[in-house]
Amino acid sequence: MGLQIIKPDTKIDFIGFKAKAFVISAVLILLGLGSLVMNGGPKYGIDFAGGIVVQVKFDKEVGVKTVKGALKEAKLPGLVVQSFGHADDNEILLRTSSSEISSSEVRDKISSGLESGLKGTGFEIQRLEMVGPKVGADLRTKAIEALYFAVLLIAIYISGRFEKRWFAAAIMAGGLFGGITLLQMIGMSTTVLIFGALFITIGLCWYLKLNYALGAIVALIHDIMITVGIFSLLGKEFDLTIIAALLTIIGYSLNDTIIVFDRIRENLLGKISDSLAETINISINQTLSRTILTSGTTLLVVAALFALGGGVIHDFALALLIGVGVGTYSSIFVASPILLGFGPSKIEDDMEEAEAA
Amino acid sequence: MNGSLRWKIVLTLLVVVFGVAYLLPSLPAVQNSGMAHFLPDDKISLGLDLKGGIHLTLGVDMDKAMDNNLSRMGDDLKAVAREEGIIVLKPKVLKGERVEAILLKQDQQEKLEKLVKENFGNLTILSTAVKPDGKVTYVFAPTPEYKKYLTKLTMDQAIKTIRNRIDQFGVAEPDIRKQQGNRIQVQLPGMQDPERAIKIIGKTAHLEFKLVDEAADLEKAQKGIVAPGREVTVIMHRLPDGSYIEKPIVLKKDAMLTGEYITDAQTRFDQFNQPYVTLNFNSRGARIFERVTGENIKKRMAIVLDGKVYSAPTIQDKIAGGRASITGSYTTEEAHDLAIVLRAGSLPAPVKILEQRTVGPSLGQESIDKGVAAAVVGSALVLVFMLVYYGFAGFVADIVLVLNVVLILAGLAAFGATLTLPGIAGIILTIGMAVDANVIIFERIREELRRGLTAKAAIIEGYSRATLTILDANITTVIAAVILYQFGTGPVRGFAVTLTLGILTSMFTAIFVTRILFDLYTSKRAADAPLNI
Repeated sequence: MGLQIIKPDTKIDFIGFKAKAFVISAVLILLGLGSLVMNGGPKYGIDFAGGIVVQVKFDKEVGVKTVKGALKEAKLPGLVVQSFGHADDNEILLRTSSSEISSSEVRDKISSGLESGLKGTGFEIQRLEMVGPKVGADLRTKAIEALYFAVLLIAIYISGRFEKRWFAAAIMAGGLFGGITLLQMIGMSTTVLIFGALFITIGLCWYLKLNYALGAIVALIHDIMITVGIFSLLGKEFDLTIIAALLTIIGYSLNDTIIVFDRIRENLLGKISDSLAETINISINQTLSRTILTSGTTLLVVAALFALGGGVIHDFALALLIGVGVGTYSSIFVASPILLGFGPSKIEDDMEEAEAA
Repeated sequence: MNGSLRWKIVLTLLVVVFGVAYLLPSLPAVQNSGMAHFLPDDKISLGLDLKGGIHLTLGVDMDKAMDNNLSRMGDDLKAVAREEGIIVLKPKVLKGERVEAILLKQDQQEKLEKLVKENFGNLTILSTAVKPDGKVTYVFAPTPEYKKYLTKLTMDQAIKTIRNRIDQFGVAEPDIRKQQGNRIQVQLPGMQDPERAIKIIGKTAHLEFKLVDEAADLEKAQKGIVAPGREVTVIMHRLPDGSYIEKPIVLKKDAMLTGEYITDAQTRFDQFNQPYVTLNFNSRGARIFERVTGENIKKRMAIVLDGKVYSAPTIQDKIAGGRASITGSYTTEEAHDLAIVLRAGSLPAPVKILEQRTVGPSLGQESIDKGVAAAVVGSALVLVFMLVYYGFAGFVADIVLVLNVVLILAGLAAFGATLTLPGIAGIILTIGMAVDANVIIFERIREELRRGLTAKAAIIEGYSRATLTILDANITTVIAAVILYQFGTGPVRGFAVTLTLGILTSMFTAIFVTRILFDLYTSKRAADAPLNI
């Protein structure tokens, strides 16, 4: 027999911890929301806001200030200079707004500015990205749509799969679609739409007593809000790769939640305890080994990506690092207590119905 | 060994052979060896972020295309009406996709309306207004079907023209495709000079030959005062340092000849080794050119490209044979690029650069190196961990983990998917998550063993109970990946593809292949022998 981190007879009272967990989650979410409000919304990268980004590699160390000084003459609108990646890579990232200036002009101005301002230092423009404001806005809408459809499809899948209630799932999908269409018709902004979609989804899950879906969705919204909040607190920018990371976090968080839920369902069918709270606790304990091992290996490789993957992938890896950590926590401390919160009788009835069906 | 196990082994070996065969051509060491002849041609294609190159999103100015088209339809209407004896003043394009034409005589209204109905089915009459002097103002608008048709036609033509230009420019494996919202996406791997690429792709290349109005007063013209039928534009003078200065020039508005009759354009050098561009017209163009030059000897003819005059030579004699040349003291490169755009034809409407991403090849190589380093370190950590934690079973998991990575890379090559930087991240993430299915199964087997089952029974029970859980858990990740693919662009799509591929291969290896290894292991041992897990 190999090693064991979690002893087979471990009985941690996870459900008893739910009040404290609730406080921790609430504080993290409020901190993130507070930071978003203070900053006037997420800080968009050029993918969403439009603009020009230029990555320059120097052949020796140069300070941000030196580069800033060298480019003073160029008078680029809204120029931001920051160091990029590892310190020994000698890379600098330059940003400027694009509406009034073309990308080739920016390239010329930066080249000539650096040539005259930093004599004797070789440099190479490694990457230049320009996104027009219209394309940026389109990408933003698309990204929000992607998150919305992900939540919707997953809610339907869980309700159908776990509770054999495809019909209720279909009602929820219809209700959500109708609600969003209505909000769109009265010309609501995309931010309102996201929150609208979330509230409608949660409300419908509640009303239709789709408890598994409710637990899973609240957990994944929890994970996204915390990841976005921490990103905002750290002053990181949101771009397309961060959306990819968020969707991956959705997938991962659900993966984790579903494995716990699967065991709860199995144990409910096996009637291993009369109390739902007890059943949930036993189920979490039984799957705890797996939860820790998988999260551990995933965090290992994501940490390797974070440390060694290079500047371009750095924030993406950071989002995954936060998301995988929070996702593991939420499947134990958020999803399961919510499942408990909706009464054992209903779930057991459903299970019998499902069995009979 | 029973029959079903044998078949499973055969199937797995086939998959392994397929995986290795499709992976090998992507390795540089194999590419240069004689082995390459026996392997598939498919290689993992690297995205622009790894290979270096230019990614452009172009927006086609559909309003302009519609205006151009309406203006042409207006001219046609005037011409056709005249053949029928109906006099229509020169039609004017109004804002909001409308064209206005004035009918001189009110009593011809019926005739004109009949003519429009019969010959101009694409136009509908929006309004008619009779003026006190008996003139009738007509406002026409294109039908919705025609608008749709024109949009499609314009896009197709723009893509064709851009493709022609890029092909002549000589970029390997360019990717040009239509996108929503009248956009065109252009990817040029390996191309490192974005300015030149943009100049070539973005040039409308609308070539016109117009007569110069020598009598016009330039000072007045600069203030915008010109006689009817004349227009002010600029003539480009190239200075010795390579820059241009623009001087005003007045032209007769109607073009004598346009670039649509060009069959070929070439760069040549004169006796001073100055490059110039020669043009060949088709037979119709040649006839027009011969007539126009014959009628205008000793007058200056301006060669207008995209509204700017590049040269305005004096016509010495009637030019027959359909050949002309554009001199304008260009650099060789400029002359070459001008010949390309003229040969490839003009864009049906101006295009605007909406998005541009340029990645240098050194950054790409650096990204690959760092990605590979992260993957190697990450996988090594996972491999060691699994071996220490699960013993023999960990060894089994390690084997399939390696197989998993081989299959992902082979899958990318076989399906012609593009590996991007986020794609590498997707593979690395999959390595971490791939052991999940194994962990679920192994933990189950451990539970069953603790309940007192024999190794064989515990394996059977563990696999059967874990399989559904694994499917459930992975389907949700696949849903997220499919949505990413649907909504994402470029690199994000690459991530979605590798993630999906990774989930599929990891389910195959973790559920199917490990089971074979376990069955092989236990089949040779006594039924009550303990299992190292």
